[in-house]
Amino acid sequence: MASVDVNGNSSALIQVRGLNKAYRRGGEEIQVLQGLNLDVDQGDFVAFMGPSGSGKTTLLNLLGGLDVPSAGTVSVAGDEITHMSSSKLTEWRARHVGFIFQMYNLIPVLTAFQNVELPLLLTRLSKSERRQHVETALSIVALADRMHHFPRQLSGGQEQRVAIARAIVSDPTFLLCDEPTGDLDRRSADEIMVLIEELVSQHGKTVLMVTHDPIVSARAHTLLHLEKGVLVEAGKAKPGQPIAAGSEA
Amino acid sequence: MKFRRLIQANLFRKKARLLLTLGSFAMALFLFAFLAVVREAFTRGESVASASRLVTINRVSIIQPLPLSYRDKIAALKSVQAVTHNNWFGGVYQDPKNFFPQFVIDPENQRKVMPELIVSDAQWDTFLKDRQGAVVGARTAERFGWKVGDRIAIKAPPYLGGQAWQFNIDGIYHGQKPTDDESQFWFQWEYFEQNVPPSFKNMVGWYIVKLDSPDGAQRVAKAIDTQFANSPYESKTETESQFAASWVNQMGNIKFLILAIGSVVFFTLLLVTGNTMAISVRERTGELAILKAIGFKNGTVLLLVLAEALTIAFVGALLGLGLATLAIPGLAAALNGLLPNLILSDSMLAAGIGFALATGALSGLLPGIGAMRLRVVNALRRI
Repeated sequence: MASVDVNGNSSALIQVRGLNKAYRRGGEEIQVLQGLNLDVDQGDFVAFMGPSGSGKTTLLNLLGGLDVPSAGTVSVAGDEITHMSSSKLTEWRARHVGFIFQMYNLIPVLTAFQNVELPLLLTRLSKSERRQHVETALSIVALADRMHHFPRQLSGGQEQRVAIARAIVSDPTFLLCDEPTGDLDRRSADEIMVLIEELVSQHGKTVLMVTHDPIVSARAHTLLHLEKGVLVEAGKAKPGQPIAAGSEA
Repeated sequence: MKFRRLIQANLFRKKARLLLTLGSFAMALFLFAFLAVVREAFTRGESVASASRLVTINRVSIIQPLPLSYRDKIAALKSVQAVTHNNWFGGVYQDPKNFFPQFVIDPENQRKVMPELIVSDAQWDTFLKDRQGAVVGARTAERFGWKVGDRIAIKAPPYLGGQAWQFNIDGIYHGQKPTDDESQFWFQWEYFEQNVPPSFKNMVGWYIVKLDSPDGAQRVAKAIDTQFANSPYESKTETESQFAASWVNQMGNIKFLILAIGSVVFFTLLLVTGNTMAISVRERTGELAILKAIGFKNGTVLLLVLAEALTIAFVGALLGLGLATLAIPGLAAALNGLLPNLILSDSMLAAGIGFALATGALSGLLPGIGAMRLRVVNALRRI
């Protein structure tokens, strides 16, 4: 289970210690994250909520190795990523992180198959092995029959499912979802959340998700609130049992 | 090759832009090929000139003659193997547009001095026996449909009387190499002597001197000019290569002109394609950020952008050079023999491809470096 306790489980998959992030805007320093501590276990499903500007996306970027902290450390499966070189960090991201974004961010000129194949182009897999992996990932998101469609030929929900297939195709250590349902209607959002829950419950994936939507966050095992760069635990549930809606209050 | 589909998909993202950029490269390379063949045609004399041949002209100008009596004096010099003399005729065959160079030659020595222009012995023997005989280059013969045995008339220039001179085509010569000039028309010195006004008799246009070896070229040239110094017909002797270069320079600095035009074309192409690539990359900032987020390294992103630019450059170059290969023979025909045969050589094609790839690489480099330095977090924030 995820915990914001400083003395949390040392065997946690993700360990965050004393994480700070500050930006300079003009002459002023803006403190976005302040001394964050967090442990996330393998197979956990954590939702981050908070008002705009509270640092949710910044935290996700730091956990995903897209940004570097001003202070503190992030360790994933024993790898301390905060001091890695840019090149090492890129390699690390390719192996360990699957990204799911609000706007799907598919390459419009590539088919669903080709979009999902992208992370595998960085591996030593043969063409047939890549094909097998892509077909498996698209089957998991129930889009095997649309693999040759371009993003413009898919609905928003289907595009997001392709993005999820792209995120899981290389079997990453954990998934980072930034408002994965933010651009979808309720029905499509529910379908996406069911899919993410299946990734956690059936495929053992670890998921960290930022959302504004309390109904979406209620599906997570752990709900954490960010308030002015400080992390506050708002609710926990047993794995497989969502937090009751409204427990984040 | 794993990234082939990604590169291909990005190239075809905006088909109109792709076509226009390819068109820019194709036109630039077509122009490059045209300039290269014209430059080569102008300067071919230098490259095909024999190192062991000298050209002696009147010190004042090539249009001023030299006495025929110089021939034996030059031939007597040490290291001189053979001497021949030529005159410019400048006649008109049917129409002034049908230009080709006509030379009065010394049949006795022409083949000794110019062995690279080959005529069969049988045809040469016929030519030697026929005072109205002529030997013509294969290119000119083909141009006018002449064959051995034909009789033709060439109208002499006004200063030689302006009459029609009759010739029998006794032979057709071929060059040993494609760059050898196959456009000349040779006829006999004796025929010329019999028909020109008295002031032209016993006067030749220039001498061509064949040496034992190239080593003595400067010494023999000096010896010839010293011998005729302070005479009414002072001479100026140069190696054949120097003579060809100064001949071209009389028409202005052709090399510089062509180089200047070529440079402007490529610089403009660089700006056009550089701008196109920059726009293309800027439009895809978000996508490039995603690629970097999922693990594409900076170097890979740079290579993807460069690969696009190089592919456009390569395909555009092939189109332009292919078009030039088809068009240049027609262009040569349209020039009516004003220039020697226009030859688009393999080295010119290779240079064209090289220039195109260099331009492509330069045009892709700046946008590629920009893509490489893109901060994923900042780019994703803008999506």
